Amino acid sequence: MVENRPWLNSLSHFVLFIGVIVVALPIWIAFVASTHPPEALLSSPIPMWPGPDLWKNYSEILSSGISSAGGVSVALMMKNSFIMALFITFGKIAISLLAAFAIVFFDFPFRMMCFWIIFMTLMLPVEVRIVPTYAVVARLDLLNSYVGLTLPLIASATATFLFRQFFMTIPKELIEASKIDGASPMKFFFDILLPLSRTNIAALFVILFIYGWNQYLWPLLITSEDSYATIVMSIQRMVMSAEADPQWHLIMATSILAMLPPVIVVVAMQKVFVKGLVETEK
Amino acid sequence: MQSGQTVAYKNKILPYLLLAPQLIITLIFFIWPAAEALFQSVMVENTFGTASKFVWFENFSYILEDSHYINSIQITAIFAAATTLTSMSFSLLLAVMADRVIKGSTFYKTFLIWPYAVAPAIAGILWYFMFNPSIGILAYFLQNLGYEWNHQLNGSDAMVLIVLAAAWKQISYNFLFFLAGLQSIPRSLIEAAALDGASPFKRFWDIVFPLLSPTTFFLMVVNVVYAFFDTFGIVHATTAGGPASATSIMVYKVFNDGFVGLDYGSSAAQSVILLLIVGFFTIIQFRYVERKVEY
Amino acid sequence: MKYITINCFLVRCICLVFVLFSHSSAKQTIVWWHAMGGSLNEKVNTIAQEFNESQNDFHIHAVYKGNYTETMTAAVAAFRARKHPHIVQIFEVGTATMMAAHRAVYPVFELMNDAGEPLKSEDFLAAVTAYYTDPDGNMFSMPFNSSTPVLYYNREALQEAGFDKPPRTWGELEKISRAGLKRNYSCGVTVGWQSWTQLENFGAVHDVPFANLSNGFEGLDSEVQLNHPAFIKHIGKLASWQKDKVFVFGGRRSDSAPKFYNGQCMFYINSSASYSSVKANVTKFNFGVSFLPHWQDLVQEPKNSIIGGASLWVLREHALSEYKGVAKFLSFLSSRRIQSRWHRETGYLPVTHEAYQFTKSQGFYEQNPGTETAILQMTRGEPSINSKGLRLGNFVQIRDVINEELESIWAGNKTADQGLKAATERANKLIKKFLRRNF
Repeated sequence: MVENRPWLNSLSHFVLFIGVIVVALPIWIAFVASTHPPEALLSSPIPMWPGPDLWKNYSEILSSGISSAGGVSVALMMKNSFIMALFITFGKIAISLLAAFAIVFFDFPFRMMCFWIIFMTLMLPVEVRIVPTYAVVARLDLLNSYVGLTLPLIASATATFLFRQFFMTIPKELIEASKIDGASPMKFFFDILLPLSRTNIAALFVILFIYGWNQYLWPLLITSEDSYATIVMSIQRMVMSAEADPQWHLIMATSILAMLPPVIVVVAMQKVFVKGLVETEK
Repeated sequence: MQSGQTVAYKNKILPYLLLAPQLIITLIFFIWPAAEALFQSVMVENTFGTASKFVWFENFSYILEDSHYINSIQITAIFAAATTLTSMSFSLLLAVMADRVIKGSTFYKTFLIWPYAVAPAIAGILWYFMFNPSIGILAYFLQNLGYEWNHQLNGSDAMVLIVLAAAWKQISYNFLFFLAGLQSIPRSLIEAAALDGASPFKRFWDIVFPLLSPTTFFLMVVNVVYAFFDTFGIVHATTAGGPASATSIMVYKVFNDGFVGLDYGSSAAQSVILLLIVGFFTIIQFRYVERKVEY
Repeated sequence: MKYITINCFLVRCICLVFVLFSHSSAKQTIVWWHAMGGSLNEKVNTIAQEFNESQNDFHIHAVYKGNYTETMTAAVAAFRARKHPHIVQIFEVGTATMMAAHRAVYPVFELMNDAGEPLKSEDFLAAVTAYYTDPDGNMFSMPFNSSTPVLYYNREALQEAGFDKPPRTWGELEKISRAGLKRNYSCGVTVGWQSWTQLENFGAVHDVPFANLSNGFEGLDSEVQLNHPAFIKHIGKLASWQKDKVFVFGGRRSDSAPKFYNGQCMFYINSSASYSSVKANVTKFNFGVSFLPHWQDLVQEPKNSIIGGASLWVLREHALSEYKGVAKFLSFLSSRRIQSRWHRETGYLPVTHEAYQFTKSQGFYEQNPGTETAILQMTRGEPSINSKGLRLGNFVQIRDVINEELESIWAGNKTADQGLKAATERANKLIKKFLRRNF
């Protein structure tokens, strides 16, 4: 701020406040709707303040889900989402660390080709290869399984690229010193490289957890058994059930629960996340 | 920028072992299906795959002559442009304001980064609920103003719905990058202009905005790619491409034609076209924006 | 002698080994994919369980795979990966696709013949099975959950309007509606699944072809003929009735149901399978179930209506011995007890004469008025080539097209003539698309 202009300051706060309202409004509405009985949501205008049924609605969907959508308990869905998100997060971080380590610190034939193969995955989001990827997974008998849910998603290039960029900033001296000490490459990896990469790993943890938790198309395609349903993909089935009218109070409660873990992770690790986000893409 | 080349390890087997997990998974789940998509796009198969014919580029000419596909391309272009414009303008405004404000900036930042954590499909459902013709509060508000909102019958209403949901979800991402971009502009430049008597408004357009252009360009590419590919969930969970294909974006059509319509050849051809588009954007992103990929 | 004794002994040993093997071989599993969710899922599981307990050779594993579209997609994808089930439930609009898939589908009549349990067509209710037969009357799939549209009406509304019998013709329905509109009612008739109830079934009841080549039964390269004057007249009438609210459009599927439940609309045309929903939701008045109305000047003796719903298809490339189990199961399903119970509990139509008569003899229809209407409507007269059903490729997309054009007509953007002509053109394009990849 260069000079002091009070009216501009007030305007700034005002605009920011509007921004917060715009951002928070849908979530507030959802939360309010999730705390009311179904009767309150049958006609306009629906209430704008929370109602009495918070405990009732949430415990209902956690235990028995929505009957018209198959009656799968949301607690089970959240468990599946957690497993999927954590597998993807840890899996991606692990194999990207190893792959980036190999590409940056080793000299071997076909190094460039490996790099390009990994790079190509950036051009191949699921949406571009939906039908054949499904066919491959079906042939390998991985439909309706945790492996099928997570394995195909842990090899994309973004994490590898982040680590590669970071590794390239490691001073030569560290490697030389490690070699002089007679340390093997893996010792260098575990003793020096990993500790240095802590903040990057933490930032990626947030980004990848959100990426994994929020997966929609992939779980939708390969799970058809209720025991593997994840919470984000199931919301659609609840809204679009052909027989009954949507049970909005329960759908909103499910949406709130679906948003909760990623939001908590982002808010709790805000600083690390913001720093990492801006650095991953630049 | 350091490259580890001169001090590289020379182990023979270890690097391959380290790369193996990523390469194997990439080959099985990315490269192989992509190759199959390419292969399927030049064949016509019957539904159950018991017979197939090689048809050269007939699938491509078929879809490029199909008014539904052309419509889908147009819809996607409009959707991408509208989402990008809406989201980026609003985020830029917020970022500029946040850059000025010292008190409470942590509060604002915390509250503005929520949408990043929300899945596109859920963002879609939230806005779908607010715009529900019978009980949505935004629909109610519009009805009081005299406008009968119904995204289940009116194509433009449906498009507005998905644009708002998609743009809303991207606000935090754009905001964070704009803020970082603004904060990296040297204060000295702005102070010099202020001493010259330039108003904040003038300062913004003459100095700040031009200096922000790398960030702006980068965000434009990211937002367009997001609108093309990551918004499948929004459409699938709310409008299902309707009404009357008004929101049938290309990525949704690939899914719908393949999985619901069981037309694998057409779906594969559409996939190949999407592949070319994403390839194009990836190249732009890396050549002009990142400049750090040297190999 | 010794030689013979040793031989006998050896033969006995071998026989013993065979016997031991056949007893120790486990039950063969038959996989059945279906789309029956919610309470129907439980009923399906009960049927599977009872079959498993009734014999020792085969075990049916019933799996809920999602809605009809998801189930069909999964089955097709699974077949391509050769990991498919034995039996799959496919909705009626998928019939053309399944019929065209000679190498993937094992027609039910052929299966039953091969397994030594041939189907006798006279056992089955012709109008129910016709949808899934070839022109010679051979059943390609087994109808499982079939329904047909009927007219639900508000009894009090009828009386208030001054009438004591439900309308038989559209003319009567209009008259009754107008009388009711003068009183408490804000709507005459509303409908669900408009393509199925107002066009497909309209054609059947009035003996008007929906498509050529016997409504597609004789070949995949059929053409839709919605620009027939009968259709244009009916849709035109409905469109003009909107002005006075004799007809009110409420949505594509069953979205208009609340209008009937809350007493706004006097008449409601939708599936006979909605009976339990109607019964549960109609609390403020008494309702009745009657035949679909017809236009007197178009047909004197209305024909049977056609079904909607789904049937069970059998897929090839499984072990021969397992198909014996599939045949056993299909016979079990069409047994009198199972059919009758399924019909009574779900409201879906029974498939066999036996089940129908049995249910009647139990007094079920007397105790539950309105539940026999659908069957009576299905069994009136002999089905003609226009009332056996429809077989069109890309039928799901065709229905979408029809919905769009009808909605244009309701909104006043097109006349009935224009809309139906456009629907015909677009539908035929979709059929050509279908032909391209079914060979």
